[in-house]
Amino acid sequence: MAKARVKVPKSVKKGQAFLVKTLISHKMETGLRKNKKTGKKIPRKIINKFVCTYDGKEVFSSDWHPAVSANPYLAFYVKATKSGPMNFKWTDDDGKVTKKSVKISVSG
Amino acid sequence: MRKSYQGIWTLAALAVAFSAFAGTAFAGEVTKYQAGERRSGYTYAKKETQMIQDDDLANPGYLWVDEGEALWNKVDGKAGNSCASCHGGKVVRLNDVATRYPVYNAKLGKMQSLEQRINQERQEKMGAKPYKWESKQMLSLTTYIRNLSKGKPVNVSIDGPAIPFFEKGKKFYFQRRGQLDMACAHCHVDNPGGIIRANTLTQGQSNGFPVYRLKWQKPGSIHRRFRGCNKQVRAKPYGYGSDEYVNLELYLAWRGRGLQVETPAIRN
Repeated sequence: MAKARVKVPKSVKKGQAFLVKTLISHKMETGLRKNKKTGKKIPRKIINKFVCTYDGKEVFSSDWHPAVSANPYLAFYVKATKSGPMNFKWTDDDGKVTKKSVKISVSG
Repeated sequence: MRKSYQGIWTLAALAVAFSAFAGTAFAGEVTKYQAGERRSGYTYAKKETQMIQDDDLANPGYLWVDEGEALWNKVDGKAGNSCASCHGGKVVRLNDVATRYPVYNAKLGKMQSLEQRINQERQEKMGAKPYKWESKQMLSLTTYIRNLSKGKPVNVSIDGPAIPFFEKGKKFYFQRRGQLDMACAHCHVDNPGGIIRANTLTQGQSNGFPVYRLKWQKPGSIHRRFRGCNKQVRAKPYGYGSDEYVNLELYLAWRGRGLQVETPAIRN
C-alpha cells in the first residue's frame, strides 16, 4: 500500500520559504534481517531515491540507505516562485515508483 | 462572645470551602492527556515520540487511517455493500465508538470488541469474509473508526449485563501469571513511571489503541499488546479476540475512563 501523504501551506507569498512535509508507507526492509523460521536473509527492499520537482526544476532530492525507518517522514523547505504543481517521486529497490502531486498557490 | 462565635464559623466555612476547592482541583484535574490520577501513556513518552504524535502529518498512524477510510468506502462481499452503504460517508453516528467499546452484545451473551463487531457486520450485512485480527485491513479499519472519536473521553458502560464481564476482566488484571508470577497490576498500578530494563513503565492505558509502536514499525491492536505483556512474564498468551482479552479490554477502558481517545497514538 505504498501510499503517500504530503502537506504544504494553503498559500504562500512569493519569495518565501515554505515547509513541505512528506510521509510514505513503506516497509523499508534493511536486507539484514533473517526469517526466523527458514534462517534465510530477507532481501533488501527500501526506497532509495526521493525527488521533488517544482516550477520545472528539481528542488530537492535525496538518496536513501538502510537504517532509514519504516514509513519514512521527510520535511524540507522550498522557496516559492510561482503557482503550479509540485511533484514527488519515491523509487524503491524493485523499481516501483510512487508519485504524488500537490498544488502550490503563490500570492504576490 | 457571639461575635467570636460567628468568626469561628466563618473560619470553618472558609476552611471547608478551601479544602473542597483543593480536593476538586487535585482529583478532577483534566488535561488533554490526564483525567484525575489517570495518565495517558503520552505523558510518559519521550518528547521526540510525543512530537511525532502531535503532528498529524508526521504521525505514520495516519497512513492506516487513510487506508481504513478507503476500505470503509470499498464495496466488498456478495451483498454489494460497503461500510458506507449503511453508515453513510460522513460517519456521524460512529464518532464515539472508541469511547464505548467493548460493549455487551445480547445475541452473543458476552462482550464484543470493535474488531469482532466489524467481522460480524461483514459476515451478516455484507456477505464478506471476516478479516483476520491483526491483518492490515482490520488494523486500518479499526484505526480509522477509532480515530473518528479522537479527543472524546473514554466512557464505557460497566453496568447491567456487563457487570460479570467487568469483574472477570478485573480479576485477570490482578491475577498473577507466568513463570515470573506477575500480574498486570505489578507493573501498571504499583510502578508506573519506573524503569523496566530500558523502558519507562506507564499506567498501561488503552486510549490510544491501535497504537503505532516504533518497535513494531506499524500499528497493533490492544490484544497484540496483551499477548506481548503475557509473554514477557513468561505466561502462555491467550488468542486474539479471546473472551479473556475482551473482558480485560473492558476493564482497561474503565480504568482509563475520562482519558481522551488518541488513536493513532505513537509509543516506543
